[in-house]
Amino acid sequence: MSVTKLSHCKPGQTGVIKNIAGDGPVIQRLLELGLIEGKAIRVLRHAPFGDPISIEFEGMHLALRAAEAQHLEILL
Amino acid sequence: MTSQSVPTLPAKVALIGNPNTGKTTLFNALTGLSQKTGNYPGVTVDKKVGSMDQNIELIDLPGTYSLAGRSPDEVISIQVLLGQIAEQKPDLIVVVTDACQFKRSCFLVTQLMELEQPLLVAVNMMDLAEKAKVQIDVDGLKKVLGVEVVPVIAKQSSSLDSLKDCVKDALKKKVPAKVHWTWPEAFEKEGVKLAKALSIPLPLARRALIDEGLPTEQLIATQCGDKAIEQTRAARETIKAAGLSPARVEAELRHNWIETNIGPVITQGERGPSFTDKVDGILLHKFFGTVIFFSLMTFVFMAIFDWAGPLMDLIDGGVGSLGELAGSGLQAAGLGGGPLESLVCQGIIAGVGGVLVFLPQILLLFLFLAILEDCGYMARAAFLMDRLLRFAGLSGHAFVPLMSSFACAVPGLMATRTISNRSERFATIFVAPLMSCSARIPVYTLMIAAFVPGDKVFGLFSLQALVFTAMYLIGIVVAIPISLAVKKFSGFSTESSFLMELPTYKTPSAKTVFLRVYQAGKAFLTRAGTVIFVASVIIWALSYFPRSQEIHDSHEVMRTEVQAKKSGEELETALKKIDSLEQGTYLRESYLGQLGQFIEPAVKPAGWDWSVGIAVLASFPAREVVISVFGIVYDLGEDLDTEEDDDSKALTNKLKAAKWPDGRPVFNLPVALSILVFFALCMQCAATVATVKQETNSWSWAMLSFFGLTFVAYIAAILSYQIGMAVGLGDLVQ
Repeated sequence: MSVTKLSHCKPGQTGVIKNIAGDGPVIQRLLELGLIEGKAIRVLRHAPFGDPISIEFEGMHLALRAAEAQHLEILL
Repeated sequence: MTSQSVPTLPAKVALIGNPNTGKTTLFNALTGLSQKTGNYPGVTVDKKVGSMDQNIELIDLPGTYSLAGRSPDEVISIQVLLGQIAEQKPDLIVVVTDACQFKRSCFLVTQLMELEQPLLVAVNMMDLAEKAKVQIDVDGLKKVLGVEVVPVIAKQSSSLDSLKDCVKDALKKKVPAKVHWTWPEAFEKEGVKLAKALSIPLPLARRALIDEGLPTEQLIATQCGDKAIEQTRAARETIKAAGLSPARVEAELRHNWIETNIGPVITQGERGPSFTDKVDGILLHKFFGTVIFFSLMTFVFMAIFDWAGPLMDLIDGGVGSLGELAGSGLQAAGLGGGPLESLVCQGIIAGVGGVLVFLPQILLLFLFLAILEDCGYMARAAFLMDRLLRFAGLSGHAFVPLMSSFACAVPGLMATRTISNRSERFATIFVAPLMSCSARIPVYTLMIAAFVPGDKVFGLFSLQALVFTAMYLIGIVVAIPISLAVKKFSGFSTESSFLMELPTYKTPSAKTVFLRVYQAGKAFLTRAGTVIFVASVIIWALSYFPRSQEIHDSHEVMRTEVQAKKSGEELETALKKIDSLEQGTYLRESYLGQLGQFIEPAVKPAGWDWSVGIAVLASFPAREVVISVFGIVYDLGEDLDTEEDDDSKALTNKLKAAKWPDGRPVFNLPVALSILVFFALCMQCAATVATVKQETNSWSWAMLSFFGLTFVAYIAAILSYQIGMAVGLGDLVQ
């Protein structure tokens, strides 16, 4: 078991959200979409230049930038 | 007063839901062509309404995951739902949810329940849920939520009928939704206090507390005065001091309630890799995905240019015949030859018609965009392009607007509404006109064919094709610093982000695609009938008046001379020539011509003479006007085309033969380049300026954008000419 930032996860890795750090409009949006503690999440793929990344949770595919993904701490 | 004396107003039903839940498809299915787009009183947010039945009006609110007010559209939504907009208070709220992702949709549902108004939950895409092995216990759901729930399969007409019945039923019963959860005391106390102090509804007070740094704050300020912001902030601080973060309080309260109460009524079977997963494996592949993306974009543009051609010719021909018909009609009525005929034929029909020609391209572009959007590919394109757009300070959200602008900036500007970051939206609006639109093609073609040598570079590419491509690239290159500058100096928050749902792939709905194309066409025609109409009339008047008797008399003398000497066909050609000559003289002496000569010193550094100057001025309503102006100035008559016909060659030759008073040729390669560069960068398009005004709701932005880009184009034109002359391109003779 280890905790990693979502931005450092590789495609195909799965884990559980441990914490979502910070605040502001972007974080509010992530929270609203359901990225809260305890949710299972899977990294799907990285875009051609390594950023943004796409993730899957509860059947939703979501694209976000590494800058946003680094707020999410994942328990692998 | 009895209720009988008042005619019954149609019941109002607000339709709201997450993006990608098929809300628009449902709205289209329920209302069809009865849809109308208007404005909410006092603001320029589009209001889409349609009638479902004689007595039921459906209001389509923008797709959203939450009632948090992020954009002007979303702020309006909450105002409509709370009944704060005069005469817009809905009698019933219908929330469209996605059966496959029901728990996520429930976040918005819980927000709506707090409004304590009649609510109906439509669970859409029940068929897809079944395929994804999701089972929803509808009766269980009704019990937990305490509101009416109706399963829907948008494709099935029987399913739509049952939805309609449920709407009517709910309108009769009008049972308000109830709240089944409690907010943490420290938060709720402040919410209640704030609601009382500002006399606003409690749900709005809660939003004010949660939506820190979002437009909700401005809404509160407009409604309750500037002091309200301070009061809200103070209340927020009290909550934070109690160890709570408002946004987290909301997210955890709702998601936890949903997990405990909605979780049990939904069963999720084993999830294998879906169709979408497999397709994305290819379409979002680092290598193949990129190749497919660029091939697809190339195909779309080729198709727009190739397929629209015949239709454009048809319209062009139609406009021409209409002009002739109107001309002969007026002559038959004894009104020919005067200003009226000229106004109708050269002013209105030629001016508006020249713009109408682009209708097929716009319809085709919207057809492709609507298909790509509705099947789910556009979100992928944005995902692939986000990194590249970051160089210009933009994000993947700007992709669709910018791509559309290559065909026409007007739909491109309208597409910027989906960008929630304000500084990014304004930057995109500012640079969208720099993407070479289809109206520039005639100008590029004429100048390149006339003045760029047909040599091959490295024996491979023709120099002409390279210059053509360079015109597209120069717009993109110049857009980067301009976009960065607008972002920097716009004064809006500059935090950029990219957060986008990649929806499940689906077959595009024919009705949705058709309606998008139909509405785009209607909007374009409306603009052609208003802004472009007025601009055409003004430009015509400036180029027509004053008509001095002297010019007429001197040409009349020439006509009499010719009539005495020549006969038959020869006479006809000679008379035509005199007519053209007369037209040219009139134009030179017109207000527009005088203006051209007045501004000549200003345009001389770019290598232009007065004729190019007025061509540029006259082409303000639409860039392609420049060609007809050259035609008039160089005494060719006005009916010119850039196709490889005799007229075009004649115009090319006339341009080449044009001389300054000292005998030097007016046009050479550097002059052609400076004209090309100017038109690549300038904002000579009344429709675009009007759309910028509409989208930014500000004349200052529209004017800044017009004068700013025109200034950039002017400087770039001077540089092109001066550098071209300095490196000796001026001496190249073709």
